[in-house]
Amino acid sequence: MYDDIVIGAREELGACTFTAEAIKAFARRYDPQPFHLDEEAAMRSHFGGLVASGWHTGAMWMRLRVDSMKRLQAERVAAGLPAWRTGPSPGFTNLVWPKPVYAGDTITYFAEATGKRLLESRPDWGLMFGRNTGVNQHGELVFAFDGSMFVGR
Amino acid sequence: MPAMIAYEDFKPGEVTTFGAYAVSREEILDYAREFDPQPFHLDEAAGAASMLGGLSASGWHSCAILMRLCCDQFVLGSTSMGGPGVEEVKWIRPVRPGDVLSVRCEILDARTSRSRPDIGIVRFRLELINQRGETCLLQTHAGLFGRRETASHV
Repeated sequence: MYDDIVIGAREELGACTFTAEAIKAFARRYDPQPFHLDEEAAMRSHFGGLVASGWHTGAMWMRLRVDSMKRLQAERVAAGLPAWRTGPSPGFTNLVWPKPVYAGDTITYFAEATGKRLLESRPDWGLMFGRNTGVNQHGELVFAFDGSMFVGR
Repeated sequence: MPAMIAYEDFKPGEVTTFGAYAVSREEILDYAREFDPQPFHLDEAAGAASMLGGLSASGWHSCAILMRLCCDQFVLGSTSMGGPGVEEVKWIRPVRPGDVLSVRCEILDARTSRSRPDIGIVRFRLELINQRGETCLLQTHAGLFGRRETASHV
């Protein structure tokens, strides 16, 4: 995959509508703050309405990224090309949640390749960097981070 | 001990350890199926063949577990107003089925907001540590907390 990465290439991964039910289900397990769990409490909070956990917003980026990668892999295989090797991520930086995600919002997610480098320690792998984002139905940025991922050479 | 933890209660330099979150295989699979269906988070053989060396939790899942542990320990009983973001997360070691995770929480600094005097910003360095004392995840982030004096965090 490493050689195929085009710096600056931006991909639309897909969109997700955050239902109240899904927001509460995630929050119950992983972020049970009142403004993620209860409409009344959320209305009284500084958010003014039920909002998704930032980690739920992030989780859906990852889900759609994986779905998108599967589609790309299927296209490659159908075209007779070898499937890419992809690996885990060592982490990320500069994650921001500039605006809340309210129940009923539809977030469209993107991944843009911003860099890549080879690894002395792992000759079969490179590291790819991307600026990854989520935008709501009003075109407002709700989520962004600088991600990285091991990619096969 | 104050009834509700507010900005003033976070002292720079303070370190606390807490939590014992048992990560089951089922929970790893549940999360991965819904939010990160990469083979090394879903299948033992794929996990073993990967860089992770075995079936492992999604990194994002470990971040969610860390959030839950912090909620249970102090966020829920506090004037938390969420956070603007996360400076850095390092996924250092895989989280495996059967791991029991705890948190080391260090307060890096605390300052009142210049633009909103009723709010303070607390920076945290959090480590998610397994039962062998190994750090699996390192996270640095800022959280917003209402100040007790002005009590307008509702």
